[in-house]
Amino acid sequence: MTDQQVRARTTERLEQIRAEGRSALVGYLPVGFPDLPGSIDAARAMVDAGVDVVELGVPYSDPVMDGPLIQRAVEQALAGGVRVRDTLTAVEAVASTGVPVLVMTYWNPVVRYGVDAFARDLAAAGGAGLITPDLIPDEAGEWIEASQVHGLDRVFLVAPSSTPERLAMTARATRGFVYAASTMGVTGTRGSVGAHAEQLVADTRAAGAERVCVGLGVSNRAQAAEVAAYADGVIVGSALVRPLAEADSPAEGLTALAAVVKDLAAGVRGEAR
Amino acid sequence: MSGLPPREDPFGIDDALQDAQDVGPTRAAAGEGPYFGDFGGRFVPEALIEALDELSAEYDKAKADPDFHDELTRLHRTYTGRPSIITEVPRFAEHCGGVRVILKREDLNHTGSHKINNVLGQALLTRRLGKKRVIAETGAGQHGVATATAAALFDLECVVYMGEEDTRRQALNVARMRLLGAEVVPVTTGSRTLKDAINEALRDWVTNVDSTNYMFGTVGGPHPFPAMVRDFQRIIGVEAREQVLELTGRLPDVVAACVGGGSNAIGIFHAFLDDADVRLVGLEAGGDGVQTGRHAATITGGAPGVLHGARSFLLQDEDGQTIESHSISAGLDYPGVGPEHAWLSSIGRAEYRPITDSQAMEAFRLLSRTEGIIPAIESAHALAGAMQLGREAVEAGAPETVILVNLSGRGDKDVETAAEWFSLLDEGES
Ligand SMILES: Cc1ncc(COP(=O)(O)O)c(C=O)c1O
Repeated sequence: MTDQQVRARTTERLEQIRAEGRSALVGYLPVGFPDLPGSIDAARAMVDAGVDVVELGVPYSDPVMDGPLIQRAVEQALAGGVRVRDTLTAVEAVASTGVPVLVMTYWNPVVRYGVDAFARDLAAAGGAGLITPDLIPDEAGEWIEASQVHGLDRVFLVAPSSTPERLAMTARATRGFVYAASTMGVTGTRGSVGAHAEQLVADTRAAGAERVCVGLGVSNRAQAAEVAAYADGVIVGSALVRPLAEADSPAEGLTALAAVVKDLAAGVRGEAR
Repeated sequence: MSGLPPREDPFGIDDALQDAQDVGPTRAAAGEGPYFGDFGGRFVPEALIEALDELSAEYDKAKADPDFHDELTRLHRTYTGRPSIITEVPRFAEHCGGVRVILKREDLNHTGSHKINNVLGQALLTRRLGKKRVIAETGAGQHGVATATAAALFDLECVVYMGEEDTRRQALNVARMRLLGAEVVPVTTGSRTLKDAINEALRDWVTNVDSTNYMFGTVGGPHPFPAMVRDFQRIIGVEAREQVLELTGRLPDVVAACVGGGSNAIGIFHAFLDDADVRLVGLEAGGDGVQTGRHAATITGGAPGVLHGARSFLLQDEDGQTIESHSISAGLDYPGVGPEHAWLSSIGRAEYRPITDSQAMEAFRLLSRTEGIIPAIESAHALAGAMQLGREAVEAGAPETVILVNLSGRGDKDVETAAEWFSLLDEGES
């Protein structure tokens, strides 16, 4: 696989979806929850049910951007012995379905692995790039260089508090899409998506971003439809982890997960109900 | 001041940006650190950057404002009890090879430790920021108590995050904080200790940043905390340097302090950084011994990485997962350390060595018996360091050595732990 093919993967897919006149559904699941094979099955089930871009989380001991639901899932994954290199196994297994697979990771596991080595191995596994919730572009020199060398996407976050200068800087540093955090806060399902989200997307585009996806707090079809009306993609995490966490058996979890994904997939197609 | 130049090109970002032609210049490339060599920075969610920028800007303004300094000085005189005295301890010094040992008495501060120096500065800043709510993390409860105290004094709403494990180990401090009007939130995720309390405080801050100031308790975390907390603690060394000069007619040969996150140590070290002949020694919590893996000696036994917003040393496994620390001293029981210490260690300006639980408790007992001063167990690590350093100096033919020890806190909070360690109470009494 050449760099060129890898490099454009997320962008191409998002552009195709835009051409279909809809928004993309980006689904997050942590690797190793409920266990490694279970997380791969779940990610593949998510793709079958209509997720367009997969986001696989590297379990980390100190997930400051995550709310209780994902914290507990990740704790269980770590207690089960999942390793950072297992993420690459999962990426390979899910990327073979043909969807772009991004890895969501806090920064220290990558520092420890070696930034360039991780980028190299992620590219070799067929991964599309990284989403880095605690790495701002200001601190990302080594990652920017490695991602250029290995042809990977760099998804940085913006927040309602970001200044216009920072929106512009982040838009320039990004490849793939900018991740707009809908609200000031951590992951978790919420009654409503932040009122600031639409304005943030508009501001981020005005600052030069070509593609902006919205995450944090989206949990149902109506919210997905609402966000899809103005964003290139709708990012869902906790609402996908919940059915797995609450299921009595892995099989039940997969069935419940597929139902949630189908509902959200209808949402990003503008079918609010 | 020993200059801490902002790094010009952290992680080669200039090169990287040159390679990446579709990426513009960034702030770090523009040199707005500050970094301490390879350490420091801001490894936090974007959502916090605005608040950190606001805090940095307000702190820069306050630093240049004589009124701010006057107000802080007045509070320290009339509330903290500054300047804190120094005490020479000849009977204890007999156990340090017979060298001269001088204690800087931060234990005599209001609330019982050096933590008050920092929180009063940060409380004044909170008022300048116009914020009405403060949050803090605490391990042993000392920083939590200091924060709750400042919040009472300044009429601020106060929420303290504390690992559930620690709320049990330090129940009296939980009661103290509640008496002072603070809400104490037990943290039930992760290892349920200080590092998880910091995670939870960061989550609160991301969510409530408009109304809330985070009063960080040590010289760790994202910029500006390491430099700002250091500046507020710097008074320890500034006073002690003058006091030792006055008492002995010269500078100390060694300055010793315990290192948890590193605030009392950097506080006493900083005024001596340019005195090249003064040895700076940080004593880390060696727990059961660094070789056992059950310790909190971050620089001695850790490796570089990113935790709680800064690049520094930390205890981590081969995957970069934070490893739980162990120490008899709750205030040193933290798997990270402030970035300036990582830098001082890397350039050889300061040395760091571990002190085991038993060595610290021996020093704890000795100071109590020989001088009538019951130290915090944290500070007892520094005292145990002085015992080693004094004996080494005498062996090396330098019996005239003067060691300045930062007695960062008093031992009232540790009486129960000590009673258990030394079996001081008979069955039925405890
Ligand atoms: C008395 C005392 N000394 C030292 C410490 C360790 O903190 P630092 O290393 O930031 O001084 C604590 C923390 O609770 C403390 O209470």
